[in-house]
Amino acid sequence: MIGKGELKRLADTVLSAASADQTEVLVQGKDLALTRFAANSIHQNVSETDVSVRVRSIVGKRIGVASSNDVSDASLKTLVKKAETIASFQQENPEFTSLPEPLSIREMDAFSETTAQCSAETRARGVGEILEQSRANDLVASGAFSTGTQELMISNSLGVSAYHCGTMASAMTVIMSDDSSGYASSAAQDVNALDPAEIGRIAVDKAVRSANPTSIDPGEYTVILEEDAVATMMFFLGYLGFSALAVQEGRSFLSGHLGEKVAGDAITLWDDGFDPRGSVLPFDFEGVPKQKVMLLDRGVAVGAVYDSATASREPGKASTGHGLPAPNTMGPVPINLFMKPGDASKKEMIASTKRGIWVTRFHYVNPVHPVKTLLTGMTRDGTFLIEDGRITRPLKNLRFTQSILEAFSNVEMLSKDLQMIKMDFGNFVNCAPAAKINRFAFTGTTEF
Amino acid sequence: MRDYTTRALDVAQGKGASYADIRIVRRETQDISVKNGIVQTLSLDDDFGFGVRVIANGAWGFASSNRLTEEEIDRVAAQAVTIAKASALTKDRDVEIGPAEVHVDSYATPMEIDPFDISLEDKIDELMSADKEARSVTGLAMAQSTMGFLRETKTFASSEGSFIEQTLVESGLGITVHAVSEGEMQQRSYPNSFGRHQGTAGYEFIKKWDLPGHARGAAEEAVALLSAPQCPSKTTTLILDGPQLALQVHESCGHPIELDRVYGTEAAFAGTSFLTPEKLGNFRYGSEVVNLVADATTPTGLGTYGYDDEGVPAQRTDIVKNGEFVGYLTSRETASQLRKTHPEAPERSNGTMRADGWNRVPIVRMNNVSLLPGEPTLDELIADTDDGIYMLTNKSWSIDDKRLNFQFGTELAYEIKNGKLGQMVKNATYTGMTPQFWGGCDAVCNVGHWHVWGTPNCGKGQPMQTAHTGHGTAPARFRNVQIGIM
Repeated sequence: MIGKGELKRLADTVLSAASADQTEVLVQGKDLALTRFAANSIHQNVSETDVSVRVRSIVGKRIGVASSNDVSDASLKTLVKKAETIASFQQENPEFTSLPEPLSIREMDAFSETTAQCSAETRARGVGEILEQSRANDLVASGAFSTGTQELMISNSLGVSAYHCGTMASAMTVIMSDDSSGYASSAAQDVNALDPAEIGRIAVDKAVRSANPTSIDPGEYTVILEEDAVATMMFFLGYLGFSALAVQEGRSFLSGHLGEKVAGDAITLWDDGFDPRGSVLPFDFEGVPKQKVMLLDRGVAVGAVYDSATASREPGKASTGHGLPAPNTMGPVPINLFMKPGDASKKEMIASTKRGIWVTRFHYVNPVHPVKTLLTGMTRDGTFLIEDGRITRPLKNLRFTQSILEAFSNVEMLSKDLQMIKMDFGNFVNCAPAAKINRFAFTGTTEF
Repeated sequence: MRDYTTRALDVAQGKGASYADIRIVRRETQDISVKNGIVQTLSLDDDFGFGVRVIANGAWGFASSNRLTEEEIDRVAAQAVTIAKASALTKDRDVEIGPAEVHVDSYATPMEIDPFDISLEDKIDELMSADKEARSVTGLAMAQSTMGFLRETKTFASSEGSFIEQTLVESGLGITVHAVSEGEMQQRSYPNSFGRHQGTAGYEFIKKWDLPGHARGAAEEAVALLSAPQCPSKTTTLILDGPQLALQVHESCGHPIELDRVYGTEAAFAGTSFLTPEKLGNFRYGSEVVNLVADATTPTGLGTYGYDDEGVPAQRTDIVKNGEFVGYLTSRETASQLRKTHPEAPERSNGTMRADGWNRVPIVRMNNVSLLPGEPTLDELIADTDDGIYMLTNKSWSIDDKRLNFQFGTELAYEIKNGKLGQMVKNATYTGMTPQFWGGCDAVCNVGHWHVWGTPNCGKGQPMQTAHTGHGTAPARFRNVQIGIM
């Protein structure tokens, strides 16, 4: 960990060397470690220490960006000049108005000393708890146990100065037999909140129960999606539809449909960088404080997230604090999504199902038609048939091709507990319930 | 550099490493994008650091840092050994990496024009010209054109005595356009989707692919797609263009032949493979016309280099020969492991270990996994097809975690009727199972249609690593394919 003082010193060094009309500096520090295991043994065990500085220089309406991870004073001064030189080559961006003005930012505690100090040996012992259960059941475990600290400092020449430090620990495993697999994962700010033995127990249980799977014909089924699968659908909905840029460019399902009912009454969705049940981040990569943004309210589309650029295109709009590092062609994105839980237990979901499919998680999901929120992907690591209110047998994996909004219109039950799911992409963390959904479309099968 | 590399290797061995290597890597990137007449991105990025990989107590350890100083080298090398010893707490066997690889050499990407010598103004002018051409088409909503350039300078040294210096240069370009109507968005890209087409080459690559000359055509197709009928749903004959076929090769051949994946080291994330070791030399992957190679020496390929990140020389390996599965992508460790069950397998790695920068450990990655060309021209292939569909340029992709069941969507498609291209259709998709699909391949177009397409966004590993891979393909025909899944 580098610390607020040193990161601020680096930012100040940049700003004092700057001669552009406006200058923004983003300093990111990271100290990350990951212990990876496969075939019941640790096979990759890595650590990384890095500090990088990104400078956005504004000359009139010309913008230049340069970055480096050489943080010597001389290098930082060169970096500033590089960004300013690039800006001078630029053509004017008529849409640019200004870097953000400073706003009050609430400091949030997202740091765990235990996580920051976690050693390779501690991670290895945690992995050992998972491997012990796998070996005891003649199964094969793979997975990862990671811990890390990330620091973020954003300053600009208008007075923005924001610092945040957070830790994250996560453990996940896939435990396999010759013809089956089971999955479990957990993520938390404090590594002590993880229970590797419990993760191993859940995955072993699923691997044992999913042995000797049989096929089922594709078609529409009632599904019970575990939290991981729901979080994947939330991620794609956020990425495809809730960015103001996608809305403005007419490629979002929200374009022209704000205020309309697009999902079922059960679905209320929002983004909140302050909720400690998720990954806390109190401001965005432009130094703008995050707002809690309601996106779907009982199925009605009510909002989108904005950064400075998209807000400046709409009279009266302000950034909601969802900007990404410059230069950003993706537009703003929600990275802390929450779905309002229901009041059901998973047992109740199963008991109420005449015939359906239990899905542990999805694999390799991608959009087929973004405006229709149509996705395709596979099930993996624990797919089961439900008949007459109980799980009766394991199934070979299935391909789904399904619109998210249609699925969210057919939700019958949501679980009463949310689980924090760390996505595989960047710092996306979603808090999702399990969901019972009717008429979910499976379009193909595979051999395992 | 030798002072630093020697110090790292000495410290690691002094702390108990039986093997050590160090990579010192600098990546300089230049990204430019123009969207609807405005320069959106103009950035120069410089990333530098080193990573030390060791075997101690029979297990792997790796540590890295962005500060190349003597003190930091000592700390990181010692940390790598500490991590390796922690890894050893759970081992059930010692790591074996086979015979020593000792090479003292250098390599640089062959190129005619250094892209970093071309002015930013010239590059922006080229993109602005493409943007103007695209947006001259009535009804277009968005045009985004990009260029990207990479220079990676890396030094590899190992405790076995290797010292290798390489400079790899990549150039890439692309335009993507959108046309939108109520509830519909259509996209076209040139020369390929994923933002850009890229190769290990200089600025001559940019000139060759001529963005301004193709931007208007792409825009016209996007607008026309809005009013095109939906792709029908049926089983039919499918012809794929080169860029879409490149991704088909990537997903359904390139990934399942990664031997680390076969042995389960990616099981928890990317998945495993249906091409298990007992199938090597004993499995029909495709029809007689299917010949695939992995070749890290293919000119301009995005997976072309002098040595991999374990210091093994670039080489060409047969993967599928006349439809039979004959080879894997290997590392030193996995090649040794394979020999235990297949004594006839090569003793040495075929050189496919690559790391996504100084702070990542090398893993088995595709280099240029390519489908070798066949005989007919594309016109001859279409003329020889009574009823079918021709699909172009990838739009969506998904495949199961053993690489069997896949589903792809393409930006554009045309029906084929009586040997001629018919009407344009939109939202085309197709699905299948890998061996059956390649078993239905009855023709691959000739070398005149063959290009090495770049895939600059291949994700694998934890922490996630993004690799740049190449795939040489010419259009090919597949029988009895299910299309139109929506």
